[in-house]
Amino acid sequence: MSAVITATGLSKHYKNSLALDNVSFRIPAGRIVGLIGPNGAGKTTALKAILGLTDFSGQLNVLGLDPRKQRDKLMEQVCFIADVAVLPRWLRVSEAVDFVGNVHPRFDRAKCEAFLARTKLTPGMRVRQMSKGMIVQLHLALVMAIDARLLILDEPTLGLDILYRKQFYQNLLEDYFDENKTIIVTTHQVEEVEHILTDLMFIRDGKIVLDADMDAIGERFIEVMVNGDRAEAARAMKPLDERQVFGKSIFLFDGVERSTLEAMGEVRRPSVSDLFVATMKGTYA
Amino acid sequence: MKTFYWLVKREFWEHRGGFFWAPLISGSVFLVLNIMALITGEVLGNRSNTHFNIAGGLNLSGHMDADMLGKIGTGLDIAMYVVAGIVLMIMAIIVFFYCLGSLYDDRRDRSILFWKSLPISNRDTVLSKVVSASIVAPVIACVFGTAAGLLLLLIAAFTASLHGLNMWALLMNSHPLLVAINMISLIPLYAIWALPTIGWLMFCSAWARSKPFLWALLAPLAAGVIVSWFGLMGLFNLGSGWFWKNIVSRMLLSLVPGGWLRDAAQIDNEPTDPSVILDHIGLAHNYATLASPDLWIGAIAGSVLISAAIWLRRWRDDS
Repeated sequence: MSAVITATGLSKHYKNSLALDNVSFRIPAGRIVGLIGPNGAGKTTALKAILGLTDFSGQLNVLGLDPRKQRDKLMEQVCFIADVAVLPRWLRVSEAVDFVGNVHPRFDRAKCEAFLARTKLTPGMRVRQMSKGMIVQLHLALVMAIDARLLILDEPTLGLDILYRKQFYQNLLEDYFDENKTIIVTTHQVEEVEHILTDLMFIRDGKIVLDADMDAIGERFIEVMVNGDRAEAARAMKPLDERQVFGKSIFLFDGVERSTLEAMGEVRRPSVSDLFVATMKGTYA
Repeated sequence: MKTFYWLVKREFWEHRGGFFWAPLISGSVFLVLNIMALITGEVLGNRSNTHFNIAGGLNLSGHMDADMLGKIGTGLDIAMYVVAGIVLMIMAIIVFFYCLGSLYDDRRDRSILFWKSLPISNRDTVLSKVVSASIVAPVIACVFGTAAGLLLLLIAAFTASLHGLNMWALLMNSHPLLVAINMISLIPLYAIWALPTIGWLMFCSAWARSKPFLWALLAPLAAGVIVSWFGLMGLFNLGSGWFWKNIVSRMLLSLVPGGWLRDAAQIDNEPTDPSVILDHIGLAHNYATLASPDLWIGAIAGSVLISAAIWLRRWRDDS
């Protein structure tokens, strides 16, 4: 399978900080990758590098193109929604559809209008009259009508209520995603995306600390609930993390045989957010 | 090409208020003020039971020979230019601020991320803004300006006809069509002349992290003051006046309509024949500016600044 993105030795320095530190990764087609990291870990910088919005050192290949040199061509195949409220406030719905329809060669106007028909948006409405959720609905309708190979979402649901958030990801899965498309999403609302992700990437201090698909993560990381009397034995096995619930201890193990853990107590798959918290321990200390 | 057309259209959508409504409203306001002045004149004239006079004491109720009519016709032409000039002046102020915001506002509200998510080159984006400032806005202002001038002409002729003057004779001696054609044909010259200011303002707009207005204004003014203070231009055998005129004013004031005429022969203080003035507004006289290096050096400087703005638009990374 051909890679959509190949990064080798990607680095980016800002004035007095290192946003990306010699990062290498490879993202194949047909995946939904969650790029998760604490604030300031370099997520947005990585996305900006992929989108050709910033300079960097190292090798980066996106859909066979160099985002630094071939940005205009690249953007025919790549869409992104960065944060909410980046649509210009003066723009009307009809103007947005007209404009994108006429400058984007892969835009399907009928599709976009069908998406818009499912919302409360009317053609004459301006962005400044819309709620945050409606702005995202408009942006998503525009983006989903573009037959792009790579979609990048940087905190797309920030500040939205839960109805809009659920609907956002549901639309993406039902009406947009297929095996030819790749989606990269960064968000802090990990719980809401974890069931749609196929791959997970943790980034911390400019480094990728975890890069695996969800199946591999389920095999590698195991959570086990242990009674108090066996906690010492579990601790001796060097768990990633430990927390107490109802007098029992929950340990998170990385790469320990499943059968060994099953003998100690009830095992289960850790949630991405628990895994994240355990991996990022001490980030802000 | 299609993309470029839509980019220009987008600029028009965003700045409909400045590009379309402002010249329309300023033209209308000017007309209304004139109508009010004429009515006031009529009323006062009736009260004091004297004849209503325009054009410096011409007795309009009397008979006029062809020469006189010709002079009045020319005067009416000049009046049309004045009306259009006022509308264009307002457009110039609007375009000044449009250029300052053109590459800055969308960085500030981060909508640049939306525009940059579309397959549009930065060159086309910036050039569409240059075209909006140098062609689209002046064309719209010219249309409304000449329309307002034309209406004023009709109103003036109608008022004159109330005083027994032949309205058609007056109108036939003015040249509204010629005025309109002149105005429109001067737009290319205007676009070339305005390039250094458009370029400088857009460069500041693309470069400044905040307050592009202050940078755009203070940098040339400060340079001018330093040059004057230390007499730096003496090194090149040029007075500091040269610097103010050829650098500072070209960077900031080239949007003023007809600015290129500053070097043209001065009109006599009190021209005896109004047609002399009209000659100075004529096309041939204006396009003689094409021969001056001043125009072209400015245009080259403006193009360089615009190229710099395109580069900054591509690589400025602060969103």
